[in-house]
This record gives sequence, structure tokens and C-alpha cells, in this order.
Amino acid sequence: MASRLTTSNRAGWTFALPGFSLIALFIILPFFFAFGLSLTNQRLVSPNPTQYVGLDNYRELLDLGVITLEPERDEAGALLRDDDGNLEYPRVREITRSDDYPQYSGMREWFRWHSGDIAKVVVASDVVFMKSVVNTLAFVVVVAPVQAAFALLLALLINQRLRGINLFRTIYFMPVVVSIVVVSLLWRFIYSGNDGLLNNLLGAMTFGAWQPIDWLGNTDTALGSIMAMSIWQAVGFHMVIWLAGLQTISPTLYEVAKIEGASKWQTFRYVTWPGLRNTAVLILIVITMQAFAVFAQIDVMTGGGPLDSTQTLVFQAVERGYGKQDISGGATISVILFLLVLSISLVQRYLTRERR
Amino acid sequence: MNRLAVLAGTILVGLAGPAAAQTELTMWYHGAGNEVESKLINQIIDDFNASQDDWSVSIESFPQGAYNDSVVAAALAGNLPDILDVDGPVMPNWAWAGYLQPLPIDESLIAEYLPGTKGYWDGKLYSVGLWDAAVAMVTLKSTLEKYDIRTPTLDEPWTAEELGAALATLKDSGDFDYPLDLGMAWTGEWYPYAFSPLLQSFGGDIVDRDTYASAEGKLNGDEAIAFGEWWQSLFEDGMAPGTSQDPADRDNGFNEGKYAISWNGNWAAAGMLEVYGDDLLFLPAPDLGNGPKIGAASWQFGVSAASEHPEGAAAFIEFALQDKYLAAFSDGIGLIPATPGAAAMTENYKEGGPLAVFFELSKQQAVLRPVSPGYVVQAKVFEKAMADIANGADVADTLDAAVDEIDSDIEKNQGYGH
Repeated sequence: MASRLTTSNRAGWTFALPGFSLIALFIILPFFFAFGLSLTNQRLVSPNPTQYVGLDNYRELLDLGVITLEPERDEAGALLRDDDGNLEYPRVREITRSDDYPQYSGMREWFRWHSGDIAKVVVASDVVFMKSVVNTLAFVVVVAPVQAAFALLLALLINQRLRGINLFRTIYFMPVVVSIVVVSLLWRFIYSGNDGLLNNLLGAMTFGAWQPIDWLGNTDTALGSIMAMSIWQAVGFHMVIWLAGLQTISPTLYEVAKIEGASKWQTFRYVTWPGLRNTAVLILIVITMQAFAVFAQIDVMTGGGPLDSTQTLVFQAVERGYGKQDISGGATISVILFLLVLSISLVQRYLTRERR
Repeated sequence: MNRLAVLAGTILVGLAGPAAAQTELTMWYHGAGNEVESKLINQIIDDFNASQDDWSVSIESFPQGAYNDSVVAAALAGNLPDILDVDGPVMPNWAWAGYLQPLPIDESLIAEYLPGTKGYWDGKLYSVGLWDAAVAMVTLKSTLEKYDIRTPTLDEPWTAEELGAALATLKDSGDFDYPLDLGMAWTGEWYPYAFSPLLQSFGGDIVDRDTYASAEGKLNGDEAIAFGEWWQSLFEDGMAPGTSQDPADRDNGFNEGKYAISWNGNWAAAGMLEVYGDDLLFLPAPDLGNGPKIGAASWQFGVSAASEHPEGAAAFIEFALQDKYLAAFSDGIGLIPATPGAAAMTENYKEGGPLAVFFELSKQQAVLRPVSPGYVVQAKVFEKAMADIANGADVADTLDAAVDEIDSDIEKNQGYGH
């Protein structure tokens, strides 16, 4: 097992010590704390002693059930329909709040689908958590590839020897330096439903034909609006990483491509892209991890609303831990998030491994 | 650590000379950033320190948004000051958690105080406030006259039908963006403070106040569902701006004539008076079936459990409970003074004063938010339910979910000591 890392490397370890101990103290140790707390009923403010509760916290978050609903029939057995001609079903609350079905108590409808006349209702004990999982995954799935692609495009654009190119680099990088809270506040004005900048702009471009949209107040557009703003905000950071990758590619390769008469696309496809392989892996993993941690935008812009359409995992962890004084609940969400990010990162590592 | 600090303090005081006889007391206050408020509280402290030789109070102010978090953090770290100020509805939580100790003051001193200014938990007085706050429907005499709407009085407030008819008339006139401004932009404590009294006026409540053990049947009973349907209809029918209201419109919309009626607090009244003067009207809350109700309790003073000199802290609080200070706070930042005597000394709340109506509102209609350590969580749950219903969520399902969350929280906290 002896390697250069472990033998005669006292100076190296000494240099690493401050960093390692800070990481251990503020990242690794708190994680084990969080795992421990998620097995208890620890509160932020309470005179009651903390008790070990096993996996109760996980059960409360993850419990699911499926209820089958028969449509309502009248006395003759004919199906009842409402004014729009839709079948009528008994209310889910008659089951979840009934003593006859203790297994569903405390649960709430998450979504339903129909097969024939029968409705299948998926009930969850924590619908808000389920929605936050779905929203967070959607956020990652959209933001990671789109942000990486935009960043690469910008990096290619500014990787040229032109007069004043540094000005563009600065402009693209600027949103990264501004606090995310400030950026979120500004975008709240941009997205404002009454006379926000975006609605005005679209109105002017369509000569007034545009109907103003309340971007953040509408369940259909709220999450998308936050995605767009998040992509814009951090794209400069990843642009710089792409740029660093681009500048490691040897200019001789480009010269060869030119001599061989390669087109622009061929140069990109066969010289640039293979040269950026490691950068691409890094960027993908970094964006994925950052996207999973989305919090400040949500906190400032929507607070999880409207109708939970922008709830995310980290926002819920903070909301429960501090807002609702339920430290153990917040810790449980953090542990689940950790496992989620870890497994996705491992899958990404596997898919992008070097094939020999 | 603490002993060291005391030691260091003793040495410092010893060096300071004649003042050595005074024992140091520390105090935390939520009003950092508000110059007028700081001046007022500093005046009280200076007067107190000069008035006797036993105690010397020093103050540290925090911005309101960070105050509660700072206190919780300090309590966890064991660094609480002697005197704390605490928001009325949060007090039971802190008393239950052992941050506060019962307030050892002569209760005859506060016999005349508005009910909302006295903080009782578990039968004991823990905190007392120099002022209260109240909400009213703010509108204009000229508006009501123009659309021929009856002016409601304390004895005869609007009924639910009258309110609905008035809103419909105002909406149909087309003169306003919205007839009613509920202040949906003010997220946070405004929701339970301003809106739970409307629920109570329907006959529901956030939690069952007889037992404080469950919200079942109170927050999702027939009355509460009726309230929820009514609440949702306000937004569906375009009577009030919803959760995406621009905060700037909340602050200025009424003054700019965008809204006909604003459900607003007395603290906003000064600005409105400047714009509209005598035309301004403060209407009592509507009677939605179970009597008109508004919220009570604002910031109050208490003694921290960590204090080694509760008698000194109590002496300071007793000293602060003088009508002249109550009046000064009221004149300075527009709050409702806690006693009739102090009210008579103020510009706005003396008989015939422009805001005198708030004093009566506070006295007659004010209802405390649930007096329970669990209120802190219940307020959050209620806020989310109100926002969701306003955004079109199914009323019964949303209220059921709120009840489940409140009940499970109460259970996890072993009944919160009730």
C-alpha cells in the first residue's frame, strides 16, 4: 500500500492538515450529526429530552399508498356524472380521515390516474416532500445540461483573440460575483406580473399583443422561471472552467486540422470536444451538485409556492429545521438528499468513466 | 466562560470608580435600524440608570428579522441576556423552552393595561408590553359616500353579506385595480396575525383552545371550510390581489388609489393620514358570523431564565411601565399605548385623535393568537394553508393537511406542556 502519498511526505500532509481538519470539522462531522439526529426526535427549541425514534422520520417522509376508488353510483347502480359529464368519485378524505382505514391516516392525495371507470389515487404521508423531490429532480435534469451547454457556447465565443474580449468575459462573469440573494430580488422585479421588465419587453416586441404573465405566481411558469434565472446566474462560472479546458488544448492540433482542411464543425467535433473530456465530467458533476442544493432563489422569490410548485429539498430542510423547529425532520431530508446526490454522482462517474 | 466574563466585568466596574455599586444588567431589543425607536428605548434606559444606584442596564439591538434566531442561538449556547423583548405569540414557546422566567412585578401596576399587552403562560405572567397593535379596514369617507355604502360602526359592523355587496359594488365601478387589499405580499407573521381572526369570526380556529391537543374539527370543521371557501372566493372573484402581490403595491397601493379598502395595521396609519387627512376612515373588522375579531399582542418585555438578577430586571421593566414612556413610544412610532392614561397623553390616540378608534378596537375585539408553545409551528402551517387556498387549492384537503401537520407536531412535542 506504500505510495508517494504515505511515505516521506510529512511536509505535504502538514500543508493539507488545515484544510482537512476544517472539512472534517464543518462538513464530515455535521453529516454524521445529521444522520444521528435523523434517528431521533430532536427539536430546535424544547425542554423535552431527545428520544431515539428509529426510522420514524424516514417513514413519515416516504410512506406511500395506493387507494382504489370506485365511481359513485345511484340506487339503480347507474354511474353518477357531474355537470361536465365526468364521473364522480368519493372524496379521498373520507378514507384518509376514517377510522376504518388506519393505514391511510394522515395521508393526502399526491396524484391519481384512471383505468376504465376506476380511479387509482396515490396517497403520500408527506405530499410536500414528494413534490419537492420531483421539483428538485426536474430542476437538475433541466439546469445541468442547459447550463453546461450555454457555458460551453460562451466559452467558445470568448476564446478568441479580439480587441476588448476581456470586456465580454467580465460581463458574462458578473452575475456570478453578485450575491444570489440580490440577483433573486432583481429577478423578482423582472418577472413581476404587473409591469415587470420581461412582460414589458415581450409586450413591446409583439406590439402590445402579449398578455402579461405573472411568471412567479403561476404554477405552470414559476419553476421554469427560476430555472432560467439560475442558469443565467451561474453560467459565467462554468464558462470560466470550460475556458480553462479550452486553453489546455494544444494549438498545434488546430493547425493540423486547418492544414487537413477540416470544417469548423469537424474541428470542434474531433479536436475540441475530445480535448474537453475531463472538463466536461467535472462540470457535469459540479452543476449537478449545485443544482441539487438550490435554495436561495426559492427562499427569496417564491417561498416554495404557488401551490408547492417550487418546493425543493434544501428549502424544505431549512423550512422544517428552523421555521418549524423540527431539527430531526430537516436532518432526515438532508440525509436523503445526500444519498440521492451520492448515487447520481456515482452513476455519472460510471457513465463517463474512461473506457480502455 | 461565563464566570470569566463576570470576573472581567467586575474588574472593569471596579476600575470605573463610584459607579461600582451598580450591578450590570444586559438587555436585547429587536429594533435595530429604527432610529426613533432606538432613541426612545435608550431614553428609558438612561432615565432608569440615573434614577437609582443598584442597577445599570446596557442594551444591544438586533434587526427584527434576525432577532428570534439570535435569541434561540444564544439560548442554545447559554448566553442569554437578563432582559429580553419577545413577540407576544412567541412568548409561550420561549417560556416553555425555559428561556424566560415568570416576571416578578407587582401585577396591580398593569391592571389597566390592554389585554393584548399581558403575556400569560401556564397561569403566570411572563411578559408585558408597553403597546399593542391593531388592524382595521382602512378606506375613505368619500369612497363610501360615492358608492352609497353604509359606514360600519363598532356596535354595528358589516355582516358577511354587506362586506360582499360592498366589494362587488366597488369592483363593478371599475375605479380600482382591486376593491380589497389584504396584504398578501406581507408573508410571515402577518398571515396568522391578520387572517386567523377572520377564521375565528367564522367560528373556526387554528387549534382547539380548550385542550391545545389537536386542531381537528377547528381548522377543518364546517365553519373553517366555510371560511376557506369564502377566502378562496375573494381571490377567484378578483376582489383582492393574491400571493404574488408586489410588496411596493402593498405599501403604497392604497395611497395611490389602486385599492378601495386596505386591511392594514395601525403602524401604517400615519403614512395614510399624510395622504388623505380627514377623509381617512378606520372601519372595524366585519362580523362574519361569530362576532368581529382582530389579532392582539405585539412586542413585550420579559426576564430571561438565565438572569441572575431577576429583581433588577423586573425593576427596570416596572420603571419602563410609566405612562409617559408608553405615550412617547406611541407618538414616536405610532403604536397603541397600553393604558387609557397614556392614550390621553398622545397625539393620535387621545379622545378625538385620528387613531383613537384603534384603542377601542384593541380593547373590544382583540383576540390573542393561540397561547401555546406550538403556535410558532402552527403559524407557519396556517400561513401555508392560507396561501395555498388563495392560489386555488382544494379547501377541505388543504385544511385537512394543515390539521394533520399541527396534530403530528403537537404529538411529537408531547403536548407542549399543556
